[in-house]
Amino acid sequence: MRNPLSDTIVNIKPSGIRKFFDIVADMPDAISLGVGEPDFETPWHIRDEGIYALEKGKTFYTSNSGLKELRAEICNYLDRKIGVKYEPLSEVIITVGGSEAIDIGLRAMLNPGDEVLIPQPSYVSYEPCTILAGGKPVFIPLKEENEFRLTGRELLDAITDKTKVLIMPFPNNPTGAIMDKDDLEEIAKICVEKDLIVMSDEIYSELSYHGEHVSIAAMPGMRERTVLINGFSKAFAMTGWRLGYACGPKEIIEQMTKIHQFAIMCAPTTSQYAAVEALKNGDDDVKMMRESYDQRRRFLMQAFKDMKLQCFEPFGAFYVFPCIKEFGMSSEEFCTRFLMEEKVAVVPGTAFGDSGEGFVRVSYAYSLEKLKLAMGKLNNFITKLRGEK
Amino acid sequence: MMTDSNIRERILAVIEKNSRIEINELATVLGLTEITVANEIKALEEEGVICGYLTMIDWEKTSIEKVSALIEVRVTPQRGQGFDTIAERIYKYPEVDAVYLISGGYDLLVCIEGKTLKEVSSFVSQKLSTQESVLSTATHFILKKYKDHGIDLNKGLEDGRELITP
Repeated sequence: MRNPLSDTIVNIKPSGIRKFFDIVADMPDAISLGVGEPDFETPWHIRDEGIYALEKGKTFYTSNSGLKELRAEICNYLDRKIGVKYEPLSEVIITVGGSEAIDIGLRAMLNPGDEVLIPQPSYVSYEPCTILAGGKPVFIPLKEENEFRLTGRELLDAITDKTKVLIMPFPNNPTGAIMDKDDLEEIAKICVEKDLIVMSDEIYSELSYHGEHVSIAAMPGMRERTVLINGFSKAFAMTGWRLGYACGPKEIIEQMTKIHQFAIMCAPTTSQYAAVEALKNGDDDVKMMRESYDQRRRFLMQAFKDMKLQCFEPFGAFYVFPCIKEFGMSSEEFCTRFLMEEKVAVVPGTAFGDSGEGFVRVSYAYSLEKLKLAMGKLNNFITKLRGEK
Repeated sequence: MMTDSNIRERILAVIEKNSRIEINELATVLGLTEITVANEIKALEEEGVICGYLTMIDWEKTSIEKVSALIEVRVTPQRGQGFDTIAERIYKYPEVDAVYLISGGYDLLVCIEGKTLKEVSSFVSQKLSTQESVLSTATHFILKKYKDHGIDLNKGLEDGRELITP
């Protein structure tokens, strides 16, 4: 039989997380701090709207771009939150999670050989989506000494005459890093100068613990060269509803809509109705969840400090990214031993790019009780490791 | 700048849900010093803002039998004292859990917990109805508690998420 597979996809390596997942799956009594989604259930009033939509027979396709009402609410929300105005009818598309927006955004923009700058460590799908879209991923390794922010120097050094798109993954998964207004202004200036298009993945925008989240789309000259991606998963604890969106220049959104139209048709209708409710009446839920994450974040930082484990203080998302270089082993080895010896799962930093070596991702989308238990075990583990040296 | 009332609100918001949290942990999660938190809690206790630290128990899951009832009570208010005197006469009974003055069709809502149905009924017929200012009572026995003090009593602890996700 002939080879039924595409070389492109075969050559893409599976997510580094998968391997680890398989080990954990065989350990039912392990405590996992490895999850990248909220521990909260979707607030009831939002679920109730979804149920109501089903009861009312809202079981049909929506328009390709998504419900008009939802697109209008998204525009209100973005205006309110980041001070950028979008036109609901032509500059917004509702997608199946932020992930689909990343995929179709890159496919809409890239020509063969175009380079995409991907700061790492970062979310796992930028690289494969770039390759699948025919582009060439170029990584920018971010540094702990810069609190894993992207600096202007790092960006300038990575730009070639083939560079077309810069991915901006902040607040960041897995590091928890954020970019302040000053940091973004510097990056924005370079993007305008070098004529780059930015794909800004702001899925964790509501989870910022150091003042309000700032979007690069709000920087001078950036609105017309930014595809802003966001969604409902993290802010409203709606991961399973699979709903995100992209906003940007009409020409790009139009082409993205074409791919979406042929590949997806439209995002889930029930989820779209629920999302309208989330944007209209969900502010208090977001505030409550943010406060809760922030408390856990402070708890973990204190726990690391007490056990003298090096970790920069992250102000975004729900991850901390401690450094484990003092133990002289790879992230993967550290995580595997921690899992085997103390039955706690954290994710090797290398799952998010080579520059994650020497770090591990600890998620705090868990109750304080669980985090406390896990930190006790981490303390045992690193005390043991320090004794081995 | 964090104001005093802001600190109070934040402390109360946490301990309302988790009264067992240690002072040092409470200080950590709120980003405050231990001494600030300890002083604030002491003040809250002294001022009677914090009235006690209780435990939520679902007695249904134990072998101990309990009967709870909500009793609507209509009373004649007394000159000069309104409802307060009669309310006090009722809430002084140790079997009474809570008494609220209510707007609407009746005056006082009395929550009572007893060991048996008989114990509750005899409280109503002998102690409550016989009060001079009590005009009438209507007793509602609680058949099942679904949610109490914001806690879903049927909810398990299981985590519905996959173990590791990107």
